[in-house]
Amino acid sequence: MENILQEIGIENYIYLSTLLFCVGAFGVLYRRNAIVMFMSIEIMLNAVNLLLVAFSTYHQDAAGQVFVFFSMAVAAAEVAVGLAILVAVYRNLNGIDIDNLKNLKG
Amino acid sequence: METNLALLLLFAPFAGFLINIFFGKKISRTLSGTLGTIAVAVSFATTVFFFLQVISTKEPVMVNLFQWLTLQNFSVDFSFQLDQLSLLWLMFVTGIGTLIHIYSISYMHDDENMHKFFAYLNLFIFFMITLVMGSNLLIMFIGWEGVGLCSYLLIGFWYKNQDYNDAAKKAFIMNRIGDLGFLIGIFILAYLFHSVEYNVIKTELENNWPIDQTWLGIAMLCLFIGACGKSAQIPLYTWLPDAMAGPTPVSALIHAATMVTAGIFMITRLNFLFNLTPDVLEIIAVVGAVTSLIAASIGLVQNDIKKVLAYSTVSQLGLMFLALGLGAYEVAVFHVITHAFFKACLFLGSGSVIHALHGEQDMRNMGGLKKVMKVTFITFLISTLAISGLPPFAGFFSKDEILLTAFHHNKPLWVIGSVASVMTAFYMFRLLYLTFYKDFRGTEEQKHHLHESPALITFPLVVLAILALVGGAISLPGMSWLNEYLAPVIAKPAVHEHLGNTEYMLMGIAVIGALVGIGIAYAKYIKKGEVPPQDSEITGFANVLYNKYYVDEIYTAIIVKPIYAIGAFFKNVIEVAISAFVFGLGKTAVMLGNEGKSLQNGSVGFYLLVFVLGICSIIGYIFLAPK
Repeated sequence: MENILQEIGIENYIYLSTLLFCVGAFGVLYRRNAIVMFMSIEIMLNAVNLLLVAFSTYHQDAAGQVFVFFSMAVAAAEVAVGLAILVAVYRNLNGIDIDNLKNLKG
Repeated sequence: METNLALLLLFAPFAGFLINIFFGKKISRTLSGTLGTIAVAVSFATTVFFFLQVISTKEPVMVNLFQWLTLQNFSVDFSFQLDQLSLLWLMFVTGIGTLIHIYSISYMHDDENMHKFFAYLNLFIFFMITLVMGSNLLIMFIGWEGVGLCSYLLIGFWYKNQDYNDAAKKAFIMNRIGDLGFLIGIFILAYLFHSVEYNVIKTELENNWPIDQTWLGIAMLCLFIGACGKSAQIPLYTWLPDAMAGPTPVSALIHAATMVTAGIFMITRLNFLFNLTPDVLEIIAVVGAVTSLIAASIGLVQNDIKKVLAYSTVSQLGLMFLALGLGAYEVAVFHVITHAFFKACLFLGSGSVIHALHGEQDMRNMGGLKKVMKVTFITFLISTLAISGLPPFAGFFSKDEILLTAFHHNKPLWVIGSVASVMTAFYMFRLLYLTFYKDFRGTEEQKHHLHESPALITFPLVVLAILALVGGAISLPGMSWLNEYLAPVIAKPAVHEHLGNTEYMLMGIAVIGALVGIGIAYAKYIKKGEVPPQDSEITGFANVLYNKYYVDEIYTAIIVKPIYAIGAFFKNVIEVAISAFVFGLGKTAVMLGNEGKSLQNGSVGFYLLVFVLGICSIIGYIFLAPK
């Protein structure tokens, strides 16, 4: 482990996860397909997970890695709920384009 | 036993009220009237029992029901006191009340709301008994307000006529002014003596002398203002003549014999306090004398038969206040009693006349009733002689006592009182001549229907006339049963007991004065056969009198109009400003909401963008903000 870090350097992990997070964020903002947006959110989540693991190694502290396990478990639950909602939306609107989801308009 | 009887005395009329108000519509009118009458008659019988008992034992009957309210070192009991003074009052309240109830059975028989009438009359008697029987000022205040309420209800009894409603409201509002004074007086007394119980105040007075004179004076003055409102004295008298809008039995019972004497009762009840404030007594005497003169002078030219009697009542009440102010409480009480007899008789007699003429009240359209209405005429004549102050009728003794007292204490007031008495004799005989003598001046149709009233109406007249004839016997000059009877409740009896030459001379003057008044009336209305001119033809000072010195107009100008102006100011300026401010706040909120609404456009993408921008700015702030 130490070798990998020494070879690549912590800053590259930060760049990578920032890049992943930005990809996710822009994906959420630009795409209209709910499933793709969902995937983008997962990417953001994983960017954060990656960062957590990287720093955990860097600081020689296992707490960060434990935290990531919890985070992944919660993300799995969230996916289950989120996909169920998407199925329900699809049945009601015959599509999952979020521009059709305007019932909450004030 | 005594407690139960006292409760019976108090609650019999209340039971009558309940029955009549809830079931009166279902039972026949005669039955409703009979029940009301019986209720009061029961009270009267109980009163007679207590009266005889107190005469023989000379001990007041105290009935303590329960403790009403307790505060730190101040408590009020719900208790009653049947002593000489209250029993005397109850005697004529329930006695005359019974007679007037009997009278009303016939008088009100054609009215569809007869059960309501009797309900109100019963309720009035109930409150009047409360007022008189209470052993402290708060109980008296309950009765005081209650009789005011009943007076209001009964003046406006024919509520379909707006003028009558206005008269009722006027009476109520004028009374409220006085009531406020009464209430403030009670508060000050409670502050000074830590009690409102008559007996406690009396003992406190002996133990804690000296009492703060200034506060006591203010309290007495406030109580007198209360009495002014209830007993129609200047400046609060204008409601009483208007109160004649009510049915005639009401005028007789409430606005002549009983309720309007409540002020005199209260002052007599608290005579031991009033004695300590000679200045207030002087004010009372002057107000009484002036009221009696002014009211009598207005009475000279009125043409409505009930208005004449109303002003006569105000004038007589003024004489009673004159006596009170001179410290001659028992004399005032004496006049209250005789006045109750003959004034009730006069009012009922006028009611009998109005009944015969189907509602006609203008004396210019009467005349010649002597032949048709013999009983009414004779009873009316007796009462008129009594009020004019001719011996041996009741009014002579009581009025003469008042004038005698005035002569001994204050000559100018004696002159005023005497002039008022001469005027009284004049306008009462003017009324008598215009109503009963000469020829009938009404329409042919009315003439055709003229009749003597039925026995239910004439019976009370006869009883009251007999009382007006012999009532003076309770307090003959020199050997007064009444003064002796009242001695326990009156702290300082009037002094003059012997009859000297001065006294006989004064009696002579009074009788001659009355005869002069009668003579003028005779010359004017019998010899010359004059009939008062129509309203538009009244000129000069008579016009001022006919319009009651324009007092109502003056009150309107200086009190009612400014109050309306203040009301208009608040409505048009203050209220507009306040509502503009409040509405402004509301409108701003609505405007902000409308603007903010467009943010919530339903596009999830937009929400997410805002979300990301928000996060970015927060992060930016955290990193870039100066440490």
